[in-house]
Amino acid sequence: MNPELGHFALALALPVALVQSIIPLIGAYRRDAALMAVAGPAALAQMLLIGAAFAALTQAFIASDFSVVNVYQNSHTSKPLLYKISGVWGNHEGSLLLWVSILAVFGAAVAAFGAGLPDRLKARALAVQGLIGAGFLAFILFTSNPFLRIDPAPVQGMGLNPLLQDPGLAFHPPMLYLGYVGFSMAFSFAVAALLEGRVDAAWARWVRPWTLAAWSFLTVGIGLGSWWAYYELGWGGWWFWDPVENASFIPWLTGTALLHSAIVVEKREALKSWTILLAIITFSLSLLGTFLVRSGILTSVHAFAADPTRGVFVLMLLALAVGGSLTLYAIRAPKLEPGGLFAPVSRESGLLINNLFLTTAAATVLLGTLYPLIAEALELGKLSVGAPYFNTVFIPLMVPLVLLMGIGPMMAWKRSDLAGILGRLKGALAAVAIVFAIALALSGIAVVDIAGSAGIALATWLFSSSLIEWAGRVRLFKGAPSDVWRRIRSLPRASHGMTVAHMGMAILIVGVSGSSAWKQENILTMAAGENVTVAGFEITFNGAELIQGPNYESLQGSFSAKRGGSSVALTPERRVYDQPVQQTTEAAIHTTFWADLYVVLGDGPTDDRRYVVRAYFEPFVPFLWYGILMMGFGGLISLSDRRHRIGAPRRAAAVAEPAKA
Amino acid sequence: MKPTGIICGLLFASLLAIAAHAVEPDEMLEDPALEERARVISQDLRCVVCQNETIDESNATLAQDMRRLVRQRILAGDSNEAVLAYMVDRYGDFVLLRPRFTSQTLLLWVGPFLLLVGGAFAAARYIKRPVVTDLSDLSDEELVEVNVLMKETDGSDSQ
Repeated sequence: MNPELGHFALALALPVALVQSIIPLIGAYRRDAALMAVAGPAALAQMLLIGAAFAALTQAFIASDFSVVNVYQNSHTSKPLLYKISGVWGNHEGSLLLWVSILAVFGAAVAAFGAGLPDRLKARALAVQGLIGAGFLAFILFTSNPFLRIDPAPVQGMGLNPLLQDPGLAFHPPMLYLGYVGFSMAFSFAVAALLEGRVDAAWARWVRPWTLAAWSFLTVGIGLGSWWAYYELGWGGWWFWDPVENASFIPWLTGTALLHSAIVVEKREALKSWTILLAIITFSLSLLGTFLVRSGILTSVHAFAADPTRGVFVLMLLALAVGGSLTLYAIRAPKLEPGGLFAPVSRESGLLINNLFLTTAAATVLLGTLYPLIAEALELGKLSVGAPYFNTVFIPLMVPLVLLMGIGPMMAWKRSDLAGILGRLKGALAAVAIVFAIALALSGIAVVDIAGSAGIALATWLFSSSLIEWAGRVRLFKGAPSDVWRRIRSLPRASHGMTVAHMGMAILIVGVSGSSAWKQENILTMAAGENVTVAGFEITFNGAELIQGPNYESLQGSFSAKRGGSSVALTPERRVYDQPVQQTTEAAIHTTFWADLYVVLGDGPTDDRRYVVRAYFEPFVPFLWYGILMMGFGGLISLSDRRHRIGAPRRAAAVAEPAKA
Repeated sequence: MKPTGIICGLLFASLLAIAAHAVEPDEMLEDPALEERARVISQDLRCVVCQNETIDESNATLAQDMRRLVRQRILAGDSNEAVLAYMVDRYGDFVLLRPRFTSQTLLLWVGPFLLLVGGAFAAARYIKRPVVTDLSDLSDEELVEVNVLMKETDGSDSQ
């Protein structure tokens, strides 16, 4: 593949995307099957063309073809192959190309596997996908072309930021984008449904798998980013409320809300117009996230203006996508039929309150993230909004949500009995009291201890009530083992998935509260042979030596940590990469099931051969990763539910439709 | 040592000389209680030349100066609030990661609460929405049918 062919394929993809959007839209309007049928082949062609462009750029990176500006600026011959490949999306232009590639794959998947979809809905959804694709392709081709050449070609590239040369961060962007772009499917279906003027249970069933897949990928993607920050930034923090993190967390929050409200549409045909709105909002926030991160606007409004072409283009794209869809929503949503009624205490209400807290949390994070920009633009003065603000407002919004998570899955549709549910959850309440007491007894009664213990008690509530709900459904300990097994097998996968994901959330809460409350640290200078004790680990420093990596030099410290009888070796590093010359810290982490011992080699050696050493005891941090994996896995279990595969083919009201029209 | 080794060693020495890492041992106060206070205060202060980093976690030289300043104020007997006020005097409101409640930050602090209350109000209205609001689309026969059905339901409810 050569870069010009890639460029050509990309340029060809733009008109194909326009064909994919305009012709099927006309076809759906005129009810012309032939015109609508253009959508499928066009989506497949778009995938092939964009796939070819992506392959061409990847090829240029692998071959270190420095005549391509993008490769020259972001790669180097000495880089390991994995980071040559991840370099493709480790920059603005390439990451946008990855974005449209995923979009094209998803569009082609609808075209190929969407046989059960009604023709008009499918044509319109693919048309909207085509429009999004066209917007992105135009943005890439006119402002961010990854295939530009330089002549003469430099002999060597400038290299990739060493911080990005890391397995966690190599896969972080593709995961995030799978999430963002997955939400574009929900968006396309929402806009298509508005064009059609109808939303029903069948619609929700088509949208849910995409939302589930997107949510699972985004969950894991955010987790990877957090994991990377934890081991790479060198002081053991895992969430910073950094604008870049928030940009992916905000669509996660609204996407979680969407996931839950779509259930209400599917089961009860209520909350329809709200669910459509959430689909639009979630994708709009994904777009905002994609652009905010790379535009520089988060640092300052002025940085954004530094590259006006891109900035104006981004604003236009956002205005078209968000403004257009919201206008359509404003016109069409009031005409959607109102759905089933329900009592104030019911599963529907529970899910509605879930949505209330999740969207308020999302809006709060958005407000905090953008407030410094708003203040700057309105000349209210320069101010900062950081972690202390977010913790203050976010935690009070999450606590009631988690309390509700324990009860919600047990609520019946339409009308439920709160007293009865609390009766069934007596065991969970007892577990909460016991765990809280034990946590306090083990930690102490300082404010942080109480906060940490309360967090763990909250997690216990969620975990045990999820377990009780699941046990009740399969009649665990009540029926004969064969009967229980039969029930486990016949319980819908979506139910198993929910239990796993909710329990994952509980585990995550243990990680968040425990690590925030009981982290211990010791910062000191050490010479070879000296000891330090952190949380029962006796850590001995054995010295440091220079070693040679593939594209870096490293000063590697050697430590042994002893607790009880066993001893482990820890080798934190300080690396200096060749190209670009930049230093990174590689913490050494020893993970037990419960906690991490985290050692960083700091400045040194001094004249008397001493090094700065930072030793951290990070209790419950592994629980963050267990919890996130469980949540992602729960999403995938739910995705495998056969209801999604057989796809609820027949719309209930299909017969009544001609009468209405 | 081979020549390349020496060069690498020199490269290291020059790079490492400028590399500082968040709180350094020589900055720390001897009294653990005072040092703990310094850490807590540091987490509310922004390193003013960094992107959204606290002075507690930043490697920048300026952050180091700011950390020293915080510790000097603590040693001088300032309360936590007084230290923060001192830093705001020097660096402006920009230095605070938890903005103060002022007319400029009103929306920031009240916004989430307003959204929650407004949303709760809308949700309550949705739950309590009337059964059928618009009968105008129905034909006369259909209206008669509806009335019959509603009477039947009323009857069954009262039994």
